[in-house]
Amino acid sequence: MYDTLIIGAGMSGLAAGIRLAHFGQRVAILERHNTIGGLNSFYRLRGRNYDVGLHALTNITPKGTRRGPLARLLRQLRFSRDDFDISPQNGSQIVFPGARLAFSNELDLLRSEVTRQFPEQADRFDTMVSQIVDYDDLTDEHQQLSAREVVSQYLTEPLLVEMLFCPLMFYGSAREHDMDWGQFCIMFRSIFLEGLGRPYAGVRLILKLLVKKFRGLGGELKLRAGVQRIVTEGSQVVGVELEGGEQLEAHRILSSAGWCETMRLCDHGQPVSSRASGQLSFCEAIATLDVPPSQLDYHETITFFNDSPDFHWEKPSGSNNETMCDTRSGVICSPDNFGYEKPLGDEGTMRVTVLADQTRWLALSEEDYRLQKLRWWDRIAASAVRFVPDFRSRVIDTDMFTPGTIVRYTGHENGAVYGAPEKQLDGKTDLDNLFICGTDQGFVGIVGAIMSGISMANMHCLRDEI
Amino acid sequence: MTREEIRGEVLEILKDIAPDEDLSNLDDKASFREQMELDSMDFLDIVMELRKRHRVQVPEDDYVELASMESTVNYLEPLMKDIQKV
Repeated sequence: MYDTLIIGAGMSGLAAGIRLAHFGQRVAILERHNTIGGLNSFYRLRGRNYDVGLHALTNITPKGTRRGPLARLLRQLRFSRDDFDISPQNGSQIVFPGARLAFSNELDLLRSEVTRQFPEQADRFDTMVSQIVDYDDLTDEHQQLSAREVVSQYLTEPLLVEMLFCPLMFYGSAREHDMDWGQFCIMFRSIFLEGLGRPYAGVRLILKLLVKKFRGLGGELKLRAGVQRIVTEGSQVVGVELEGGEQLEAHRILSSAGWCETMRLCDHGQPVSSRASGQLSFCEAIATLDVPPSQLDYHETITFFNDSPDFHWEKPSGSNNETMCDTRSGVICSPDNFGYEKPLGDEGTMRVTVLADQTRWLALSEEDYRLQKLRWWDRIAASAVRFVPDFRSRVIDTDMFTPGTIVRYTGHENGAVYGAPEKQLDGKTDLDNLFICGTDQGFVGIVGAIMSGISMANMHCLRDEI
Repeated sequence: MTREEIRGEVLEILKDIAPDEDLSNLDDKASFREQMELDSMDFLDIVMELRKRHRVQVPEDDYVELASMESTVNYLEPLMKDIQKV
């Protein structure tokens, strides 16, 4: 009999597992895949290491900072800041036609960029920032308001509004066209007020640290252990049946599989509530270069680009395969361009992420899928080089992830990167001892996912220990 | 345990929660919140660590007693005086 079974060995499940094992619970994490990480993972291909998901960690505050999500998660999981080996970004940019906003982990840079290019908006920008600083995500009654409406009360220049929304939506909006004001504030703080960073060894360092700590505390990690069924009795869950037929009993279950995905596993015969599933998915074209991007005089960590004054945050749609991806806008990330003590290597990497129409990607035959991957890799790269130096003649290897990859590794319906638009902030379900954490609970990004696991473990699984 | 031993145990818990914190100059009279910027999640962890390590139960109404090192030791002294230091 387990105290708690956790479904999914991603960031949230592992973090929750550490909390529970630390306080003496018998706990197992059940992972369907043969590797850990879920949406944020890593792999090796033709002798090279790749990250999936992670472009950068958000919420990067200087060492010694005691406030904010990063400091809090380190204390909750009993890590030192040095364990994560985080180097700050060089600096990033948002590029729209006729305007470019550079930003770094110092807010002053973004403020001076706004002042220079939108002088009449400078005071308005400062007023908005002070509101965002004071925003309290636990008590604010305006959390559910449309961020576009609130922001437009402060800023009156539409181009500036679009430019600020672009990175925040790419890095964490499950909702099309708009965000909740609460989510906007959280994302604004995590990216513009705190900042971006990356461990030298990438996401694998974080995952390996989490697994090592979890196992060291006596936690069990079961790979290739997909849950076939969550067994219920009345209003309670009593355990799970694995795909291989094995039965495990537990006092409670914490699932990071997603809201709809989790409820569908329950055998209590209740229809899964008609909550809308997420629609936003990505393709990412990955280029390995024979030189680091700095050799092409490209030093930015991340470039958010959009080729028209309006930014379209929506599922690409159209009647044919010409709209399988939306290449008007995207994110270009160079893992080489962080302030490491020594370069990552002799080669370089450019990753370009764009919105993708998962319906079309998931419907392809295997042969078509291979062809479309090649075709769209070229188109995505061609779109990106309008905003960064043309790296295409330096490419020595390529890879591509699509909505299909996301479905395979995360089990998220539709390959929805940020899950369902409507979040279950309290993590509760209609079963007394089944809770959810991860993407569909509320926080996104690596730091957000880890905080989700911690807070749901504290709120629902450790109450008896207090 | 003596007062000094209890103080040592609380210090161990604080070191565990915040390994990057230099606790050598901790002011016993000043609040943890002020000195270390601990939040409510951290105070809950101190309570849970006391229970895990020493089987000491701190009811929710008494959390305020854990504000500073001095008040914590005052509060824990009667509860831990019969516990042998391991």
